[in-house]
Amino acid sequence: MSQAKKPLPLWADIILIPIINILMALTVAGIIIYLIGENPFEAMKIMIYGAFGYDEAIGYTLYYATNFIFTGLAVAIAFHAALFNIGGEGQAYIGGLGVAILLLALDQYLPFWVLLPLAILASMIFGALWAAIPAYLQAYRGSHIVITTIMFNFIAANLMVYLLVNVFIVPGSMIPESRTFADNAWLPFMHEMFGWVGINISSSPLNLSFAIAIIVSILIWIFIWHTRWGYAIRAVGFSESAAHYAGISNKKIIMMTMLISGALAGMTGINEIMGVQHKLLLDFVAGYGFTGIAVALMGRNHPVGIILASILFGALYQGGAELTFDMPNISREMVTAIQGLIILFSGALAYMSRPWLEKLFGLFGSINKKIEVG
Amino acid sequence: MKIIKLAVVALSATVLCAGDFKPAVVFDMGGKFDKSFNEGVYSGIEKFKKETGIGYKSFEVTNATQREQAIRKMAKRGGNPVLGIGFAQGPAIDKVAGEFPKTSFAIIDMVVSKPNVQSIIFKEHEGSFLVGMLAVMASKTAKVGFIGGMDIPLIRRFACGYEQGAKYTNSKIEIIQNMTGSTPSAWSDPSRGGELAKGQFDRGVDVIFAAAGGTGIGVYQAAKDAGKLAIGVDSNQNYLHPGTMLTSMVKRVDVAAYDLLKSVQTGTFEAGIRSLGLAEDGVAWALDEHNKALITDAMKKAVDQAKADIISGKIKVHDYMSDNTCKY
Repeated sequence: MSQAKKPLPLWADIILIPIINILMALTVAGIIIYLIGENPFEAMKIMIYGAFGYDEAIGYTLYYATNFIFTGLAVAIAFHAALFNIGGEGQAYIGGLGVAILLLALDQYLPFWVLLPLAILASMIFGALWAAIPAYLQAYRGSHIVITTIMFNFIAANLMVYLLVNVFIVPGSMIPESRTFADNAWLPFMHEMFGWVGINISSSPLNLSFAIAIIVSILIWIFIWHTRWGYAIRAVGFSESAAHYAGISNKKIIMMTMLISGALAGMTGINEIMGVQHKLLLDFVAGYGFTGIAVALMGRNHPVGIILASILFGALYQGGAELTFDMPNISREMVTAIQGLIILFSGALAYMSRPWLEKLFGLFGSINKKIEVG
Repeated sequence: MKIIKLAVVALSATVLCAGDFKPAVVFDMGGKFDKSFNEGVYSGIEKFKKETGIGYKSFEVTNATQREQAIRKMAKRGGNPVLGIGFAQGPAIDKVAGEFPKTSFAIIDMVVSKPNVQSIIFKEHEGSFLVGMLAVMASKTAKVGFIGGMDIPLIRRFACGYEQGAKYTNSKIEIIQNMTGSTPSAWSDPSRGGELAKGQFDRGVDVIFAAAGGTGIGVYQAAKDAGKLAIGVDSNQNYLHPGTMLTSMVKRVDVAAYDLLKSVQTGTFEAGIRSLGLAEDGVAWALDEHNKALITDAMKKAVDQAKADIISGKIKVHDYMSDNTCKY
């Protein structure tokens, strides 16, 4: 019987279990869709086609995924130090503010290739600063990071409304929005970049920041698993007292981790502000910071997992929008419910299927052994 | 009977020939059941659907990027007219209207200058002026309150009109103003609305105008519990608490949406600005069986006089959004 408790093979742990979880979530979602009188298989087809069926759809899916990669990485790196950063929403919002301030100030004077690194830096600095105060309060004053970061989301929202209504608004305009940046401050869209090499694809909000997100994912992977700092972060995450005993300053690690986490969340502003909207506006974060928590959970805090989970959630956002378009009975709340089910099954109930699988694999293992012995 | 039926068939046939008429509506983040602005449009187009039997396509956006996506998709699939709800859709309509010059577009609460866009705006400051007068005349403490939803220029326009109406009636009146919040949740936070209302009552206010979407529900309930008066907004909300709802500042988005669809159907659609104020019955104060006991003849007379004066131009109500200040 001891074989039944054998740990699962790696591929089952990182591929099979997530797929089983998603299938369970989709089954429950399908039952609900059936109950409101629509055909669940038809709905699934519309969702998949709407997310991956044609180039514009893929563009939208990957555009959403770009946001989730940034916020997902932000949550993940904090998780590695056993910190739960719920403030991605506010850090992304303020990161966008940093991008907008920089571009509004300098778009008349500097060319794109100078603006881009400066804007990335601005998004990271602003996002990091927004995470710095909760980090300081956690490290040196013991205020719980969950509480402080969530409070900072509200402060960010209030600050942004104040700034947009009183400072950035174009005089005489109805909309609390800044002016549109000059063309040289726009990140190139994917359809433009493909156009340069002669390939025509439909226009979508997907832009260069997707590539930036992939590069950042690689850098974060190197950082967490192949540097001393990454090791220190993981050591603190495993056991604070052991890390302390080993001579690691927990306070410094908490500060460093949260600053990186905030900087990553802040980079969402690159995609939204510099890549898509080209101006500062209200609520451009639209919950991407919170979805990042689910993405990190599902991606097991590993950059590869996070990229895959981001694409899944991007598909849910884009496919879900298509679904409400084509099936009038399905409201956007219904789509949120489907997203919620997937979060529930792959986050909160992630390990529900594990004991059964372990038993199953144990069974196969013992059968194999018997055959060998036989 | 048969002749009438034939006539109807013939009529609808000509209408169909007059152009592809497939109404499409893009609601904003509040959603079509927000008990207020979006829902007003919804009831207008539902009425149209019931009367004509012509269905429509609709979409509710959940983030900023979807506005443009949804409007473009509607136009691509042959939607005509494509109606955008709320000022936030302005830039998206502006962009997509340029890409589909043969499609008719319309937007409520915002001006978009394109040859195929009709911009429907309301003079909320005029209606707010009138309910400001009513508030002061109904107040016994010479203190009136205002509770706004999200702190944006549009709501400050309500507040500014209200303030002017109040000061017009009694220049010494004290006005206490609160905004519920600075995020979109300020449109749907009745408990916060109730707290703000109680706070204002404690400071001596006895009439409150809530321009706060769903948050207003809490304000009206607090007024009922305290035996004070409240003023509704957007739709006629007098029926909610007869006896403590002084009146409602009605914004006829339903009529605007209905008229728009009708105009496209009959081929009389015109691009440009449609500014709906007191003169066009686009804004009004509501008087019905639920609040007639609260409105004395003197009050009604004064307000009707002011309405006539505003229409004739004798009273000029300053529009907050013309210069983003409330100096008048």
